[in-house]
Amino acid sequence: MRIKGIQWALSAAVLAMSASAFAAPPTPAMLSNACAGCHGTHGESAGPSMPALAGQSKVAIVESMKGFKSGERPATVMGRLAKGYSDAEFEAMGEFFSKQKPFTTSQTLDRAKVAKGAELHEKNCARCHVENGKEIKDNSPVMAGQWVKYLEIQMADYHSGKRKMFDRKAEKMKPLSQSDLDAIAHFYASVK
Amino acid sequence: MTIDRRSFLKMTAGAGAAGVLYGCASTGPSGSTAEVMPKTGRRVVVVGGGYGGTIAAKYIRMMDKSIEVVLVERNDHFVSCPFSNLYIGGLMKDLSPLTIRYDKLVANHGIKFLQAEVTGVDAASQTVITSKGALKYDRLVLSPGVDFRTEEVKGYNLATTPDVIPHAWKAGPQTVLLRKQLEAMPAGGNVVLTIPLAPFRCPPGPYERTSMIAMFLKQHKPKSKIIVLDANPDIVSKKGLFLKGWKKHYEGIIDYRPAKKVTEVDAASKTVLIEGLEDVKGAVVNLIPPQRAGQIAVAAGVVGSDKKWCPVNPTTFESTIHKGIHVIGDACIAGAMPKSGYSANSEAKACATNIVNLMNGKELVDFSGINTCYSFLSAKEAVEVTGVYKVDKAKNAIIAVPGSVGVSPDLSELEAVYAESWLKNILTEMST
Repeated sequence: MRIKGIQWALSAAVLAMSASAFAAPPTPAMLSNACAGCHGTHGESAGPSMPALAGQSKVAIVESMKGFKSGERPATVMGRLAKGYSDAEFEAMGEFFSKQKPFTTSQTLDRAKVAKGAELHEKNCARCHVENGKEIKDNSPVMAGQWVKYLEIQMADYHSGKRKMFDRKAEKMKPLSQSDLDAIAHFYASVK
Repeated sequence: MTIDRRSFLKMTAGAGAAGVLYGCASTGPSGSTAEVMPKTGRRVVVVGGGYGGTIAAKYIRMMDKSIEVVLVERNDHFVSCPFSNLYIGGLMKDLSPLTIRYDKLVANHGIKFLQAEVTGVDAASQTVITSKGALKYDRLVLSPGVDFRTEEVKGYNLATTPDVIPHAWKAGPQTVLLRKQLEAMPAGGNVVLTIPLAPFRCPPGPYERTSMIAMFLKQHKPKSKIIVLDANPDIVSKKGLFLKGWKKHYEGIIDYRPAKKVTEVDAASKTVLIEGLEDVKGAVVNLIPPQRAGQIAVAAGVVGSDKKWCPVNPTTFESTIHKGIHVIGDACIAGAMPKSGYSANSEAKACATNIVNLMNGKELVDFSGINTCYSFLSAKEAVEVTGVYKVDKAKNAIIAVPGSVGVSPDLSELEAVYAESWLKNILTEMST
């Protein structure tokens, strides 16, 4: 009787072994679902400093992850987390989030800042951040409906020089004041 | 004499169930064997409405609406352990930011919710016994968290000791009690915090708690100190960062003593004894007992030979002891993954994915998961540890992806901002 029990336990161990031995590599959903603890289910972030990823451009996600991995883009957790994935996995995650229904955050916005930000956007940003930040051009991200807090952190990183930017962006961004940047964040967050 | 697999399962499950019924006899109702929700179609029963169970239930339903999911939880709400140290330190006025309810989750995903106490599991007949009746299942997910190895602390009575000497290692009334004791403590009195040998739930948790209590003492109890008795030879997690924060903010307030294993307690005199060699008395004593998988896992007979944690397949999280029972979260042995809320979240998703694959005869998918765990050092500064985890096929175990595991370079106000959003996101994921 004891022997039978052990035999069964052994066969269970063999079964357990075979389950992982024959499993397929992580799917885009398996890779991306792990991100949702911080970025929300399907990338619908509920936390103001974490960007919503649902409906984000695939290129922007892949470029961001590569930037985190190389250290070019400043980060807290993302620099290390990006080192846990291959470029092919970045592509898979980018594909997954880009296919999700775009998510618009719900947050309290300052109307005056939104109006001021709209003007600043027209004058400074609109050539690359087309359609009020709703559409993508090259590797620029979707910014419409994003969290203000997240946008503020990103712009502060650019403004302080922590995050590198190409010349034309720097030319436009450097002269802007803190309140200008704040207004621009409110504007993009307001775009539905 | 021969015995087939089925009756072997029945015997072991029966032994486990008897054990737990005995354990519950004084505290709760014993289970009923009449079916409470007769099973019609394919069904997964998920036990435990915390970081693991809510996510497993939700993701199974998101991936396959034809599978009925019954979530069994004894409470009508859940209080998060992560961030509960901030309440103890006085940074939150109540536990509401840490509390979730199940109504939206259940409605959004068509999950059936049964508020009941699980008293036994019969793996052979695929039945969960609860205080409200029996539940049949095709697959069972256990996310029971931890319970305490009180037998390793002489004099510790689970029914009475925590009322005097809180553990506060399960968030809720225990958390509130510890804060009340700190508030009521005379200035100049000492707090004693005791840490069990690893592994335990939330490796950096005791050191974050030390920081938060020290912060409270600095503000409200002049000349009070916190004496930390750590059974481990050194700080288990984020050592450099905690030492830096303690030096920066709490010099002279924290008396950290490594390799001090508490083996006995006297609740009446608020004294802990260390291996019969010395005793330490406190005005407030926060004894964190050594831990094992939650009692439900013991009842189901899925605890391994170490008598502490549940061995599982690293792809499906199916118990290597009983087929059809999956164990996630703090209770399971998930290789290199720490026992954290975020680990449970990742494990739940992989487990859900492969349960759906198994029930539909589809190919299994390898695990890929993340851990991100924040700790506060002061009101405005936090640090974190992160990692990406995957299955090593040769080892048949979950390993950390090289280069992905590490801690914050320094104490950081920005990390504290991110930590707040971490909490908001993970609790929203669990409750909607």
